[in-house]
Amino acid sequence: MLQPHIPSGTVTDASRLVRVLKLELRGITKRFGSLLANDHIDVVVEPGQIHCLLGENGAGKSTLMNVLYGLYEPTEGEILVNDKPVSFRGPGDAMAAGIGMVHQHFMLVPVFTVAENVALGAESTKAGGFLNLEDTRRKIKEISDRYGFDVDPDALVEDLPVGVQQRVEIIKALVRDAKVLILDEPTAVLTPQETDELLDIMRQLKSNGTSIVFISHKLREVKAVSDTITVIRRGKVVGSANPGDSTTALASMMVGRAVNLTLDKAPAKPLEKTFKVKDLTVIAPNGHHTVDGISFDIARGEILAVAGVQGNGQTELTEAILGLQERVHGSILLDDVELVGRSVKDVLNSGVGFVPEDRSVDGLIGTFSIAENLVLDRYDQPPFAKGISMSPAKVLENAKSRIDEFDVRTPSGLLAAGTLSGGNQQKVVMARELSRPLRLFIASQPTRGVDVGSIEFLHKRIVAERDQGTPVMIISTELDEVMELADRIAVLYKGKLVGIVPAGTGRDVLGLMMAGIPQEDAASDHAVKTDRAAKTEHAANTDQAVQPDQTFKTDAAAAEGRATSSPEGGEHA
Amino acid sequence: MPDEDRPKHVDQHAKPHEKSVAAEETAAVAAVDTAGGAISPSAVPATAQSGKLPGGPDTLLRKIFTGSGVVSVLAVLLALILGGLLIAATDERVATTSGYLFARPTDFLSAVWNAATRSYIALFQGSVFNPRGSGLAVQFAPLMETLTIATPLITAGLGVALAFRAGLFNIGAQGQIIMAGILAAWVGFALHLPLGLHLLLVLVAGIVGGALWGGLVGLLKARTGAHEVILTIMFNYIALYFLRYLLNTPAFQRPGESNPISPILDPTAVYPQIFGSQYRLHLGFILAIAATVLVWWLLNRSTVGFEFRAVGANPKAALTAGINVSRSTILVMAIAGALAGMSGVAQVAGTEKVLTDGVAATYGFDAITVALLGRSTPWGTFAAGLLFGAFRAGAVQMQIQTGTPIDIVLVVQSLIVLFIAAPPLVRAIFGLNPRRKKPAAAGKSQQAATTGGAA
Ligand SMILES: Nc1ncnc2c1ncn2[C@@H]1O[C@H](COP(=O)(O)OP(=O)(O)OP(=O)(O)O)[C@@H](O)[C@H]1O
Ligand SMILES: [Mg+2]
Repeated sequence: MLQPHIPSGTVTDASRLVRVLKLELRGITKRFGSLLANDHIDVVVEPGQIHCLLGENGAGKSTLMNVLYGLYEPTEGEILVNDKPVSFRGPGDAMAAGIGMVHQHFMLVPVFTVAENVALGAESTKAGGFLNLEDTRRKIKEISDRYGFDVDPDALVEDLPVGVQQRVEIIKALVRDAKVLILDEPTAVLTPQETDELLDIMRQLKSNGTSIVFISHKLREVKAVSDTITVIRRGKVVGSANPGDSTTALASMMVGRAVNLTLDKAPAKPLEKTFKVKDLTVIAPNGHHTVDGISFDIARGEILAVAGVQGNGQTELTEAILGLQERVHGSILLDDVELVGRSVKDVLNSGVGFVPEDRSVDGLIGTFSIAENLVLDRYDQPPFAKGISMSPAKVLENAKSRIDEFDVRTPSGLLAAGTLSGGNQQKVVMARELSRPLRLFIASQPTRGVDVGSIEFLHKRIVAERDQGTPVMIISTELDEVMELADRIAVLYKGKLVGIVPAGTGRDVLGLMMAGIPQEDAASDHAVKTDRAAKTEHAANTDQAVQPDQTFKTDAAAAEGRATSSPEGGEHA
Repeated sequence: MPDEDRPKHVDQHAKPHEKSVAAEETAAVAAVDTAGGAISPSAVPATAQSGKLPGGPDTLLRKIFTGSGVVSVLAVLLALILGGLLIAATDERVATTSGYLFARPTDFLSAVWNAATRSYIALFQGSVFNPRGSGLAVQFAPLMETLTIATPLITAGLGVALAFRAGLFNIGAQGQIIMAGILAAWVGFALHLPLGLHLLLVLVAGIVGGALWGGLVGLLKARTGAHEVILTIMFNYIALYFLRYLLNTPAFQRPGESNPISPILDPTAVYPQIFGSQYRLHLGFILAIAATVLVWWLLNRSTVGFEFRAVGANPKAALTAGINVSRSTILVMAIAGALAGMSGVAQVAGTEKVLTDGVAATYGFDAITVALLGRSTPWGTFAAGLLFGAFRAGAVQMQIQTGTPIDIVLVVQSLIVLFIAAPPLVRAIFGLNPRRKKPAAAGKSQQAATTGGAA
């Protein structure tokens, strides 16, 4: 592959000596019972390289990283650091060898300050055993300044936005002298802006000689930052790709078939409006109005997508509909039945399918089997139960067909859901909610952590649900997803509805609306561009003819990506 | 109707990746695996997965209560070994032989071995089978005694285990046993009813008493958010002092006496003895088996148990799935109380036939250990109950035969808890750590690399 050749050893950076590290995984194999999660994987991470791992859900990327970080013992194979074989008995060993990892779910103590969190586990103590926070604070400042992290060492972690918390995790690794940083789907929880900032940080780290192993399902990001791409499928390396390769080529290489990155969706045929929200206000325990006087309705056979920067009331809105919020004023009518004040069970039983935003906290029980999780909100209904007696056979039968239908990668429905890969967990939640008769379907971040192939499938299923005449509400922080699925787009800002605009409204207008500027003003500022750019050719462009495009412009790549092939639609509504 | 069209529609989209070799492979793997029927769960804890384990509070307590059964068995073994050493340490012969330890170490070692084995043999003879007895009936008497003592341990242990599976740390079995005992005893000596009906009423009264006492804790927790540990501790005290108070009132004393002891229960109100009057073993043991089966069914085959487990494993996901967490909390505490209540009935209507302030002995607290050792599974708890019953029954015989103090059994019990609470210790001692041993060469080069790389 083409990458700048940096000899292992040391390179001089403007001001200081930075040790660099060459990492090699040789023949790594990892078995879980009968399942071969990693099958003789060879990967070389050169110093100062951003190395991207691309692969379907369940391909074995996270497993490989856990092996590299000392969390899993490989069944076979070895890890070489600067050409010397090493063996890690735990993350401590990996860290000592200069490998750091930022987990998708942060391992921070919320009530501690940034400095305290960073010091945790690597406490430098003064004489007498007192914690030397001064030292840590100084190091944080130093790193923060060097990379433009903008992190205050004395801030409480619980007060920080997700993106900044993630930087604290990165600082934690850097303070421990990490020369290789593992980032497993770091952008899945970030807003688009935070994502761009993270990508910048990654580039800076790289220029300082830190190598990064980066995992993401968002090809736009992958193309924007990576130097080398290794594609893994079913636990095996199937080849390398070049960041200059087209998105469709990357996608098909990863999934092993041609993937349609744009959704072919017929225009909506909205029927009667059966879901009506009127003057909805949700009051948080602190008295804050998280949802503030919202009114909208959704017709049968229509998808309303809710856009907005995370934390502007989306979560509370969906929770209010489901009956999870305590103080709700206003009215929510589904088929002329009032939902406000009803129990969650009543709401679910009246035909509401609900996909929560955070699958691992609200959507799944990790210690329960996949089969049990697939009936989590229907365990007490026929055919799964008669009276209070459950039928495990029926539960398992259901699991088998859902697993087949949604292509959940697992050897058995009896395994704990916690053993599934992230994307497959998401598929389980979607499978559960999409496979019962629905009168309303609400999904938050329906494809978070899901690979491109499965996104295609899930999007088709959501549109199919719409075509059955179900009102659908999608909440997504991915503007691409919103634009792709929506028949109409609602934008929330600080708990208020900024406006509802037709699909096909330009990104710039949506962007302004997401900052709280109503669409009339936004539209007059920028002529509404319903740029339905020619669909990018996504033919069977599967050959991996490597284009040695070394002067690949990352910014241009960021601007390009899936957005250029912007969605169809906008005729109606 | 769109809803009825759905299945057809689903079929259209059922196989999105028809041509994908990958999908076929999954199917093949799935087929092989499920055909075998034996799906072995992963050897690696799911928590090791980049921290993305869904599920509830993965607290230390939770791990201890629901960890692997192998650790339980090893913990018992280890505790017995240490207990044996302790016995040996107080043995006279061991003391004398240690005086010339270096001259004849074999003497010392054999003395240690003898001291420990003698005591344990006595323990076994006192709890399972006594070969010196005349006739089978006498030889098996110790086993009957073991089962009798195990009965209240099993049912109360089930209560603790069940609550724990629902995420509640119920240490109120003691109070629940007492409340059940009070009600059951009163029905037993104060009312005079026909055979059959009387015993049934005694049983119901005890179960209701325990259920109310437990359910009240659940109610307070669900309504006010008070912590169940504090509630149950307080409820234990309330129950105990309430019992002492009652035993000082004429209504609970024998006519004309002022001792804190109740009248003997009516013959119609006591459990029949299973194998005749020569053994104390009573119907309560059969009911304990039934309770174990019931709890197993409840947990694994019923919607109620599904809710309990869901609330215990991830209350937020349970809530989102429409499960009424408050109702589950109240219900599980009531059922736990009812199970402990069965222990109270077993005590007053089975073993003791009177009510004293020692009605619960320490069964309510031992039940926590029993549930812990049984990993909060119904049959595990049953087995652990039997083991503890055997310890209790055999300890007396051990003291009589070998002079080893009964207290050594308590030490062994405590050691078991200690080892269960520290699984890594047990695994380390038995060399069971999941980490594979590395060839020496790799170890050396690792050292070189880490010291070289991380300067
Ligand atoms: N602890 C475990 N026990 C059993 N199977 C496991 C375990 N961890 C992972 N697996 C299995 O190993 C395979 C690879 O999982 P892994 O998490 O590495 O996938 P991934 O490539 O990270 O996928 P995703 O993109 O969805 O995150 C999956 O089939 C998963 O079910
Ligand atoms: Mg993963």
